[in-house]
Amino acid sequence: MWTRSALAPAIVFAAAATLTAQSPRFGVGRPPTPDEVRGLGAAIAPDGGGLPEGSGTVAEGRTVFAARCASCHGPNGEGGGVGAALVGGTGTLATARPLKTVGSFWPHATTVWDYVNRAMPFDQPGLLKPEEVYAVVAYILNLNGIIAEDAVMNASTLPRVNMPNRDGFVPDSRPDVGPTKAKKPGR
Amino acid sequence: MSNIRRSSRRQILRMTAALGGGLVAQRQKLLAWDTPGKLGAPLGPYGERSPFEKAVRWHRDSKTPETGSCFTPLQASVGTITPSSLHYERHHAGIPTIDPSQHRLVIHGMVDRPLSLTMAEIQRLPSITRTLVLECGGNSAGEWAAKTGPDVQRSYGLVSCSEWTGVPLATLLAEVGVKAGASWVIAEGADACRMERSIPLSKAMDNTLLAYGQNGEMIRPSQGYPLRLINPGWEGNTNVKWLHSLKLTNQAYMARDETSKYSDLMPDGKARIFTYRMEAKSVITFPSGGQTLPGVGLYELTGLAWSGSGKIERVEITTDGGRTWTAAQLQEPRLPIALTRFRMPWRFDGREAVIASRAIDETGYIQPSREDLIAARGMNSIYHFNGTKFWRVQADGTVTNVDA
Repeated sequence: MWTRSALAPAIVFAAAATLTAQSPRFGVGRPPTPDEVRGLGAAIAPDGGGLPEGSGTVAEGRTVFAARCASCHGPNGEGGGVGAALVGGTGTLATARPLKTVGSFWPHATTVWDYVNRAMPFDQPGLLKPEEVYAVVAYILNLNGIIAEDAVMNASTLPRVNMPNRDGFVPDSRPDVGPTKAKKPGR
Repeated sequence: MSNIRRSSRRQILRMTAALGGGLVAQRQKLLAWDTPGKLGAPLGPYGERSPFEKAVRWHRDSKTPETGSCFTPLQASVGTITPSSLHYERHHAGIPTIDPSQHRLVIHGMVDRPLSLTMAEIQRLPSITRTLVLECGGNSAGEWAAKTGPDVQRSYGLVSCSEWTGVPLATLLAEVGVKAGASWVIAEGADACRMERSIPLSKAMDNTLLAYGQNGEMIRPSQGYPLRLINPGWEGNTNVKWLHSLKLTNQAYMARDETSKYSDLMPDGKARIFTYRMEAKSVITFPSGGQTLPGVGLYELTGLAWSGSGKIERVEITTDGGRTWTAAQLQEPRLPIALTRFRMPWRFDGREAVIASRAIDETGYIQPSREDLIAARGMNSIYHFNGTKFWRVQADGTVTNVDA
């Protein structure tokens, strides 16, 4: 189970090593080992927290995409029989036929990195190295006209990408139907 | 085998009502003496249902069968508990095989004492047991369209109810010591895609369960063996299976399954995010689409109601297409955030009847009509459809869906 590569938050281990080995009340557990945390998926925050070192270009991503992604998502990310469309849909969200893609819908570029890294390619999730993930994310963003052909994606540039639908999400306002719509139930 | 044995219990009910109790005695005699002198099957280590029982889950054919949904056969359900073997499923990268002796839960991030726990350690902690409904956020997604689902399994079957046993997450959060400023828990599963969701710390402290038991045994592999989150009343996707990581953070991580998916697109093009709660809902399971009433007579109309906000207070039934509504009997005890069975005697007189149920929960929330939902949310929100479901009992006894 602990085979996936991920960035190890070294600071956590330095702190953990100095702590008691077991929990205070029930005396269970011990500090996680570096290998155990490396075996978890790299969880990437919208501010870029968790992104590893490395970088990738649009050109490199075109190669990765053709080899690993195009068979399901189409040669230009237009979607196929198995994989969702990754491009297009701009201006469709408020229409009768919305097309939700990375370009038209996803609010954070970090989510694309996180998801490609943890879940793609579908049949071999975790296959791509961090540089390949940066590259293929760069290529997908470029296909959508969000970043330039010569852009380089890394831990610094990726969180600053201005996603078109960044402000397209609103809080849950339910109940929104019926007599209790003004009354929020307790948790 | 006698025809009577093969008949549905409703048919027996009908005949019994029509002819009195004589048939009951005849039925018992047939059952007891069908095969005199022949021994039955020997003792066995793990039970199976009768070979005469055929209800199974349904799923679409797919080139990628490791992702998709399995729908519970609600039309065959009795009572309120879903057998573990028929519990609905939604997977994103297949069902992992996990040796519990090798499995660990890592709690890390903004905590004073990061911990790695074995299953044996988790099972040593004080546990609780709760009967809870679990419903996929995308259950009934097809019902937004005018052409509604043909049967209750395929249109409402991503809902199930189990007795879950585990440790309140709050117990372990106290052990790790949550740092000031932490407000979210990022939960991750050990399936191939490492599915992740962001859970507000307030929910985690309130009633989130680290569950390892389901219906009296360890959770099935398809339900997250050996450990999963249970977030009472919240959409199924947040109940992360094969749980191996909980990371305390000061922000939601905006995972794919809480932004691109499981967000609800409104007519103005904005999408509601973090739409966790499953609101009150009900559906008639008998008679329902695809079934046939064998003739006129008295039947027990029955179905299931539930609410992510608490107990079911009342269920109303119409048999005249929504003109009049009558309160159904509710099976006690009514448990909060659990399936509640409702029942009503009903005489089918051979004339077409359009039937539906609507649930009212303890907050006063009334299950809306499809039309009211569409008026509030349009037709493209995909998730959280909880509208009333109408069935048409035709004059010949066949039951179909009712298209809008």
